[in-house]
Amino acid sequence: MNAIVDFLGGDIVVTAIVKTVVAFAALLLTTLIVVWAERKVIADMQARIGPNRWGPYGILQTLADGIKLFFKEDFRPRTADKWTFALAPVLAMVPSLLAFAIVPIGDHITIGDRRIDLIVADLNIGILYFLAMGSIGVYGVVLAGWASGSKYPLLGGIRASAQMISYEIALGLSLVPVVLAAGSLSTVDIVAAQAGSVSNVSFFNGVPVLEQIAELFSFVPNWYIWSQWPAFFIFLIAGIAETNRAPFDLPEAETELIAGFHTEYSGIRFALFFLGEYVHVVIISAMAVTLFFGGWGGPKPDFLPWIWPIGWFVFKTGLFVYLFVWLRATMPRLRYDRLMWLGWKRLIPASLVWIMVTAVVNTEGVSRNARLVVFGILFVIVLFWLGKGDPRLTGAVTPQRRRVHGPS
Amino acid sequence: MVDTWQLVVFWALFAMMGVSALRVVTSSNVVHAALYLVVTLMGAAALYVLLLAEFVAWVQVLVYVGAIIVLMLFGLMLTRAPIGKGMFDNDQRLVAAVTAGALFGVTTWIIVDAFEGQKITLSKATGIRAESIGDVIFSSFVLPFEVISMLLLAALIGAVVIARRD
Amino acid sequence: MSLPDYLPILFLIILSTVFALASMLAASKLTPKRVTEAKSQPYESGIVPETGLDDRERFPVKFYLVAMLFIIFDIETVFLYPWAVAYGDLALFGLYEMLVFVGILLVAYAYVWKRGGLEWAE
Repeated sequence: MNAIVDFLGGDIVVTAIVKTVVAFAALLLTTLIVVWAERKVIADMQARIGPNRWGPYGILQTLADGIKLFFKEDFRPRTADKWTFALAPVLAMVPSLLAFAIVPIGDHITIGDRRIDLIVADLNIGILYFLAMGSIGVYGVVLAGWASGSKYPLLGGIRASAQMISYEIALGLSLVPVVLAAGSLSTVDIVAAQAGSVSNVSFFNGVPVLEQIAELFSFVPNWYIWSQWPAFFIFLIAGIAETNRAPFDLPEAETELIAGFHTEYSGIRFALFFLGEYVHVVIISAMAVTLFFGGWGGPKPDFLPWIWPIGWFVFKTGLFVYLFVWLRATMPRLRYDRLMWLGWKRLIPASLVWIMVTAVVNTEGVSRNARLVVFGILFVIVLFWLGKGDPRLTGAVTPQRRRVHGPS
Repeated sequence: MVDTWQLVVFWALFAMMGVSALRVVTSSNVVHAALYLVVTLMGAAALYVLLLAEFVAWVQVLVYVGAIIVLMLFGLMLTRAPIGKGMFDNDQRLVAAVTAGALFGVTTWIIVDAFEGQKITLSKATGIRAESIGDVIFSSFVLPFEVISMLLLAALIGAVVIARRD
Repeated sequence: MSLPDYLPILFLIILSTVFALASMLAASKLTPKRVTEAKSQPYESGIVPETGLDDRERFPVKFYLVAMLFIIFDIETVFLYPWAVAYGDLALFGLYEMLVFVGILLVAYAYVWKRGGLEWAE
């Protein structure tokens, strides 16, 4: 065994190859299941059955669809730019798959005398890598729109990419407070920073009453969802908009602009776009879990200790994927200008404010009372600002009283 | 000391970047030229990784590839940018090539000469971490940092003024 | 940082690109090729299209403005990250420095907002 490993280039190379292949296969398999699960869940929410022919409960439906798409005629319009037309699906799919490299799915396993971390590549600048992959994902969309050579896909592609880049700012800004709190850009470090329970946080030090109350909650894990919940909501909304999923799926909705940027794509090329989009959904769910819900953290019985973190991670990510599907089944689509309003005029200021709040709270030189005051003031400001758009809340519109007798 | 595989990767990147850089200026389709530019910039990012400056590498991808070329593509696609052979009838191509080559030669010579034969050893210790960049920016380079914010302010105002003239 | 960390990423790039290109290549070999006039035209819900690549309309300039704004805010984000990572060492003074930076950019942001640059910033 060691001889084979050495022949192939040594420990590092073999681990890299194995990790890559396993991650790739796992992602494709997960996408298969996610597509099926989405169809089943949406069907259930719409009081129908969904796919149930291929395999038990229709689980092989996605495979059947993939094979069908594979054998469809691969035609393109005469006006299409041949090379870019072929390149766009690749650029839509590859960044999503690559973004998985910094997702930690478990703690570590020990094979023989080697310790292997369950992450494809633990980069020091993991978060930056994740954002960079999101940036490259824009190319698939904009090139697909342009390469089709007709104005509707072009317009759809430009609108979709404008949406994606607008929400990318909010996505990037929302993660700054998390990085600040954890002190590192590495996802492994961020997961490690969320270990332990809430009652150990130094926030409560010196106030006996608070400390006693905190003891009661010692089973609650120290996840960033508690201390960074505004960042979480901004990240989630921006993440949904990044992946062009409902309710932000105007650019690719079938009833708008035909099919948006992938109108002219059929067969395997369309399948690659589809694949890229669902992998992106899984990645955003996985990142939400990693950054805000403790990653693979969870109770670990002694039996097979390495499998429980993976199980917790899969379970939590699954919950978020379910949320994505639930939103698609439930919410109406946002109109394009409302979508851009939300991204530019609400999410960006909110995330900037939250960065400053987190910075103030996490500074050593600032007294506790000052921190609490800043916190409180900003919280109230945000509440007012969020409610400002609705005239019913500010009393600008008085409800009409119904006159029962006489003329009005 | 440089490992063999580092040399191999470097020369592979050199070949890739050289070809794509050439294609940027010789391609007749502007969008294709922009895409070749993307390849060149990604190659530059890979070189940064090779030089153990991974923060700079991913910032290069995030900002240069992810934002600036996207801006260029928007500009090309939304206007009637000329596409196709014969659109760039420029008789001065030869002169331009000679000038660019001369400039390249002079710059290379200056840079190599400035090193005066020193070799830099890239060990794990010389790898640049994001924390050190943060420390350095906010201690030694605060003034340039604040000046950058003024520059971005000017850029934003300029962008709005230009774009709103409709 | 250590360079071997990037080896899996390199392999992943190669694997996914090869997968995508191979599937497209295989599809082009295994699928029927029946080129007809209707299939070669860009699809416009049944209307006969008259536009080609050389004959495009002028699209709104708001998209270009959005891209420019994106660059500016992307650069701001890029400066926020090393600050956030090094914040443990920078403490209060670092906070002031960054407040100045973000403050100036907020001025710029407010300017764009008031000038209508973000209006149905389509």
